Amino acid sequence: MTMNNVGRPTAPVATDAAVAATFTGNRGLAIEEPLLFEVGRLDVTGVDFEDVGAFEPRLGGLARTAPVDLPGLTEPETMRHYVRLSRQNYAIDLGLYPLGSCTMKHNPRLNEAMARLPGFADVHPLQPLSTVTGAVELVAELGRWLLELTGMASVAMSPKAGAHGEMCGMAAIKAAIVDRGEARDVVLVPESAHGTNPATAAQLGFRVVSVPARADGTVDPEEVRKRLGPEVAAIMLTNPNTCGLFERDIVEIAEAVHAAGAYFYADGANFNAIVGKVRPGDLGVDAMHINLHKTFSTPHGGGGPGAGPVVLSDRLAPYAPVPFVRFGEDGAAEFVETRKAAGERGLKPFGRITAFHGQMGMFVRSVAYMLSHGADGLKQASEDAVLAANYIKACLKDVMTVAFPERPAMHEVLFDDRFLEGTGVTTLDFAKAMIDEGYHPMTMYFPLVVHGALLIEPTESESKASLDQFIGMLRHLAETATSGDASAFKAAPRLAPRRRVDETLAARQPKLVHQG
Amino acid sequence: MRYLPLSGTDRADMLAAIGVASIDDLFADLPADKRLTALPNLPPHASEQAVTRRLGAMAAKNTSAGSVPFFIGAGAYRHHVPATVDHLIQRSEFLTSYTPYQPEIAQGTLQVLFEFQTQVARLTGMEVANASMYDGSTGLAEAVLMAHRITKRDKAVLSGGVHPHYRGVVETVTRFPGHVVQSLPPDISGSEDILAAIDETTSCVVVQSPSFYGHLYDLKPIADKAHAVGALLIAVFTEVVSLGLIEPPGAQGADIVVGEGQSLGNPLSFGGPYVGLFATRQKYVRQMPGRLCGETVDADGRRAFVLTLSTREQHIRREKATSNICTNAGLCSLAFSIHLTLLGGAGLGKLARLNHANAVRLADALAVLPGVELLNRTFFNEFSLRLPKDAAAVVEKLASQGILAGVPASRLEPNRPELDNVLVIAATEVNTDEDRAALVGALREALS
Ligand SMILES: Cc1ncc(COP(=O)(O)O)c(C=O)c1O
Repeated sequence: MTMNNVGRPTAPVATDAAVAATFTGNRGLAIEEPLLFEVGRLDVTGVDFEDVGAFEPRLGGLARTAPVDLPGLTEPETMRHYVRLSRQNYAIDLGLYPLGSCTMKHNPRLNEAMARLPGFADVHPLQPLSTVTGAVELVAELGRWLLELTGMASVAMSPKAGAHGEMCGMAAIKAAIVDRGEARDVVLVPESAHGTNPATAAQLGFRVVSVPARADGTVDPEEVRKRLGPEVAAIMLTNPNTCGLFERDIVEIAEAVHAAGAYFYADGANFNAIVGKVRPGDLGVDAMHINLHKTFSTPHGGGGPGAGPVVLSDRLAPYAPVPFVRFGEDGAAEFVETRKAAGERGLKPFGRITAFHGQMGMFVRSVAYMLSHGADGLKQASEDAVLAANYIKACLKDVMTVAFPERPAMHEVLFDDRFLEGTGVTTLDFAKAMIDEGYHPMTMYFPLVVHGALLIEPTESESKASLDQFIGMLRHLAETATSGDASAFKAAPRLAPRRRVDETLAARQPKLVHQG
Repeated sequence: MRYLPLSGTDRADMLAAIGVASIDDLFADLPADKRLTALPNLPPHASEQAVTRRLGAMAAKNTSAGSVPFFIGAGAYRHHVPATVDHLIQRSEFLTSYTPYQPEIAQGTLQVLFEFQTQVARLTGMEVANASMYDGSTGLAEAVLMAHRITKRDKAVLSGGVHPHYRGVVETVTRFPGHVVQSLPPDISGSEDILAAIDETTSCVVVQSPSFYGHLYDLKPIADKAHAVGALLIAVFTEVVSLGLIEPPGAQGADIVVGEGQSLGNPLSFGGPYVGLFATRQKYVRQMPGRLCGETVDADGRRAFVLTLSTREQHIRREKATSNICTNAGLCSLAFSIHLTLLGGAGLGKLARLNHANAVRLADALAVLPGVELLNRTFFNEFSLRLPKDAAAVVEKLASQGILAGVPASRLEPNRPELDNVLVIAATEVNTDEDRAALVGALREALS
């Protein structure tokens, strides 16, 4: 397997005739919006306040000497500024969003409403516990669902996103190893892993050793065994992996890892494929983060926030960071907030990874999602997600090149750029042409184990008609590319709010804040 | 199930197109003996009404801040958020979009990030800011790691005014790679001598102002001492509204500024999601963690925005990345930015004055209660009292009377008996004269 070291182009190459110019620069409903700093005024505020009245300041000598240099907008101007900006974005609510590994599924608005109930949204993390019993109950409820669905012993709820969950799980592993009096410092990471895996391991002071993928896109237990030894702390394995395949030798790998005295960290970003089908705890997993913003549908919000609770095996449970919710023999939940309290219960938390208790707003949304689906709906959702990905694969395999055709796809299907060979069209060009067709492109150039990767994850939220149109569009583009017409691809996108942007310029002379 | 569009017929047609007999054929790679044969032991699907009843009942068990006189701060603050903010962040195009990896169809999010970065930089008095961290506490840990990279040293000195949770996060995150943290004891009087702790082995000095106990620190002498020995000053705040009234850390010599931005635009939400603010000097930009949005042009020469300098980040640099962060606090930074746009610098100044005034009035009214000592000479909207009794018990008693009085320091510092009587109290623009009178009266009674 060769790594894709070609990279992707970062500066636009071609441009054709400019679109008809207008006086305003607007194009019908596509309205240009200047920067806040160009339309706002320093003396304007869109908020009315009550009078302050007289008082004696207590700022010592530290009062501001100059007013804050930030323009304001009145309320109607604010509304327009952001509504106009919003219309320059693609969104799940507009159409299929096939970003592989990102699980862009429908975000139910019931979940938004529940998260905004004052009993959840308007409670402070440091209120007396007697005034937040319902909040603790909610956290415990989510914990119970996650434990049942994963078959694991315990759950740490505070991680703020997937990568933070990785840090939490790997720190628990490090603490357990130190507790054993050992100094293992190597973490095995397959080539196909997401960048956060090696980054997390390195941030905790581990050395990363790469494990190559075999020809069918999965990890070869033999390659793992070769690298195991007394210095190996853990393997970080994504399952289903980022090629959209289930690691079918996972049990054998887990056994080998355990036999060598190491731990098995599973990256659960792709859990959406297997909910209700198999439990990670039954596969030998010691720790796994769950991206609530993927599998359990909390909105991505243009980049965040997420939530990344980590389920832990019996062996790692004692090391979970504070705060956490613990279940007694009778199933009753107990909220443990400090290391002191944890110590009194015989536990050895490795520390604290964030202020307060985690992403409550996301917890509420996820519980609403889980209750709505129920056990039956969650399983059906996984099946539909896998069905949709395999349907796309089946309908496109004759015009695009499936990277690993032998195995069934899970919730996502990986194509490489062999079908574009000799056409002059790159993966990037192909993706940009999708924009003109009204679609968000798939994940491109990831994973790194195939050349010019195109990773498609449709999720369970698409109707058959929606899938068929998407497939028809991709067939059309693939056929156009292979028929020798590269020009439309090179110029794409032409119909979006912006043409291709110059990434090289942005990086060469970084302009990260507005001047003036 | 209302969220799943495929019908039974669709599923059958799709299986036929794939060429398999049943859905289970697609799961053939799952180990046969591990596959679940029964549904998980969880309830079946439920209607909107049923879910609303269930969650509504849970929510109703909590005392919401807005329903009582409320004086809790300690890292998260209750402010009035204009209705416009919550409306706008629920626009589909903001709420249900991903990280702006395809800039041509994500200019909305990208321009917001560029504006957010500019707002944060100006507010803190710094040159550049990133597109957000998870929250203030994780941002601080990243700042310390960044300082270690820049100075090639590994010892952080933490002021005793730093929020105990923030200190805990720094200690945890930097312990694993083997770094050193020297934490000064809790500075309840605002009078610690941190200069004495700074020497040639120091990578960074971390000072929170206003501190956990409410004190304001003059950062200039600390910056001077740090710079004289080749160390960096990291300034932290948990109450961003304070910057409307206080000299920004950038003007006091800070090299990295991190803070919690929850106060603007974001609800308390039992601790998250919040938004971490992260700003620094231009010369350190390539050592920054997290996403950065930059200005550029498109193929037609029109102004456009794009994520940039990503060779710092995990998806390009993998184990050599400056941080492992990927998903950040996107929508929370949008809420922050909209709220700040509505306020403008002028409105933020007014809001800050209101907060300060309310805190001054409350502090003065409480300080005269018998046996109560106000521990602050300086403060913004939060201060500390030493009570003649155990503060946790007092807080519990007042809660039972429907008043949320503040945070007993012992809740965050359970191993320091000398803090048992210390109560940290916040006042913001949401507190009324009646709220204040209720707290003063109830505390007087509880202490008598
Ligand atoms: C496979 C995989 N692992 C880890 C992550 C990191 O998760 P997060 O972005 O929530 O930190 C992602 C998300 O993009 C992912 O796709």
